[in-house]
Amino acid sequence: MILCWVEPGPSGWEETTRGCLTMARGLAGRLGARLVAFTVGAQPDPVGLDELGRLGVEHVHVCAPDDPAYLPAAWGRWLAEAAGSGRACAVLVPGTDRGHEVLAHAAVRLGVAMVANVTEIGLDESGQPRRITRARWAGSVLEESVLPAGPTLASTAPHAVVATEVAVAGTPTVRVHPGAVDPADARVRLVEHIPPASTGVSLATARVVVGGGRGVGDPEGFVVLEQLASLLGGALGVSRAVTSAGWRPHTEQVGQTGTKIAPDLYIACGISGAIQHMAGCRSAKRILAINTDPAAPILAQASHAVVADVHQVVPALVEEITRRRANGGPDRPR
Amino acid sequence: MEIAVCVKRVPAPGGTVTLSEDEKSLDARNLGFTIGPHEECAIEEATRLAGIHGGRVTVLTVGPDEALEQLRAAMSFGADRGVHVRTEDGELGPVATATALAVAIRDTEWDGGGPDLVLLGNEAPDSADYQVGIRLAHVLDLPCLTGLKSLQVDDAAITGRREAAGGWDVFAAPRPAVVTVREGLNTPRYPSLPGRLRAKKRPVQTRTAVPDPVDAQLIRLRVVQIPRTQAELLATGPDLAGELADLLETWGVLA
Ligand SMILES: Cc1cc2nc3c(=O)[nH]c(=O)nc-3n(C[C@H](O)[C@H](O)[C@H](O)COP(=O)(O)OP(=O)(O)OC[C@H]3O[C@@H](n4cnc5c(N)ncnc54)[C@H](O)[C@@H]3O)c2cc1C
Repeated sequence: MILCWVEPGPSGWEETTRGCLTMARGLAGRLGARLVAFTVGAQPDPVGLDELGRLGVEHVHVCAPDDPAYLPAAWGRWLAEAAGSGRACAVLVPGTDRGHEVLAHAAVRLGVAMVANVTEIGLDESGQPRRITRARWAGSVLEESVLPAGPTLASTAPHAVVATEVAVAGTPTVRVHPGAVDPADARVRLVEHIPPASTGVSLATARVVVGGGRGVGDPEGFVVLEQLASLLGGALGVSRAVTSAGWRPHTEQVGQTGTKIAPDLYIACGISGAIQHMAGCRSAKRILAINTDPAAPILAQASHAVVADVHQVVPALVEEITRRRANGGPDRPR
Repeated sequence: MEIAVCVKRVPAPGGTVTLSEDEKSLDARNLGFTIGPHEECAIEEATRLAGIHGGRVTVLTVGPDEALEQLRAAMSFGADRGVHVRTEDGELGPVATATALAVAIRDTEWDGGGPDLVLLGNEAPDSADYQVGIRLAHVLDLPCLTGLKSLQVDDAAITGRREAAGGWDVFAAPRPAVVTVREGLNTPRYPSLPGRLRAKKRPVQTRTAVPDPVDAQLIRLRVVQIPRTQAELLATGPDLAGELADLLETWGVLA
């Protein structure tokens, strides 16, 4: 069987889980194996169960401890036990914080390798799912490797597979198993969840992001970028050069070690376009780059570019938009 | 307080990456090398905590001879001593790396017998295996907190926050523990000149690491070809602002 840890989202299953199940289903099809979902806590409700069925899940293994609170090491142990008792040839998780954490604990219990950010799983000469392709450098480089032994423990890279559903879906069977907690596994506890602060436009979900890099020059230079962002109902994002200099807080950093954004429009001002920065904004529908250097790498990845000084372009644009708004101008037809 | 920090030497590519001839690593000829941002924050946090609680910071790395450069860099940020676990034939996998770190930590002298806190980056910027901290914790039989962007350490316990769905999950564990951190935890300071001079004199212990047969065998790397859009170049005439505003309007972001 192929075992897949599934993570609930605010409504339905997380998109990363849906992608992970889609990859797992493809693999199960090639191997003639059953696709089994693994979850801790309550049984999925009928809607959640139907969705799993549409994603190709045939059976759900529910682990039901007395306390369903998240316990990373215990969840990993239970996942490993389910893999062992079901003789899973592969265990897949979505590449999220909890997915990685649970799988790493399971890998230790099973005494096998774990491969993260997997984009493709192929079969080796003996027909086992051990030929791995995975993302390195935040998706800039792919690594091909082969696992020496099974089961294959893999986290799937977010967006590696677009989730699809099956044409004819059945309802998965469900079995509830007890979950006993070993005291050593209870040393790390989740003590509190703090919900998102609901003020302002969040960088991760903004439709428009105005980005500023070293080319903005100094902390004061960001005032006009913030004005532009607020005129467009968007958020300000910055490069690491800017946060390292202490000009702006790290919460505004876009990139590999910052926030990943996917706006309709990203206006990148004075940003060179290093791979680690682009790793965070690759999903933007349009990139408008404003840069004095016609050879800056960002120009090769932008959809539109202005080769000019950000200190001239941005204030002029802010003025123009403000003027049009004041006139009830053409940008406000409604 | 005894604090261990584990760091990795990684290349620092800019706008493009190219591979070495055997396609097993990045072409490093024109690259600088660095410590990843998560680990810079780990070092900063370690020296900050040592400043508050008193104690010693030990930095460990598993890597080639050249990784001594990153150990010295960590010491110029304030680490007191270093352990260099040398690798011979290229990069080690996560199982071998965790084992090498665990053995090095066990064989090192600590006041009180072992470190109170072992800090790592949540994932290395290049390999991003997301597991070395957890594997290390299991070998040392310590609890492991991962992905933290804030950290409080008192005599008995460690608490910290990890981002979760736009909010935060708060985790707690008893001391000692292994903790993996992310950039944003703090703002690392630049090393001072005296710091850099001191770093040259601090002690470094050297050991050797071996591959582990459990790790995946690397076949080759491939560079992801990003579809190169030919950016539409906008003329920079006197009415550039008007043209840009028109474009924003066409794209539906001005309304
Ligand atoms: C492991 C690792 C992780 C990293 N993670 C991230 C990350 O998450 N996010 C991130 O951003 N970076 C990250 N980096 C850093 C990254 O490699 C770059 O150093 C950084 O993105 C550069 O920022 P920048 O483009 O603002 O600065 P620079 O590269 O210095 O570019 C400045 C640009 O501004 C232009 N410019 C200058 N003056 C003007 C002007 N007046 N008007 C218009 N243009 C002007 C220049 O032509 C240049 O293109 C990471 C690096 C490493 C090694």
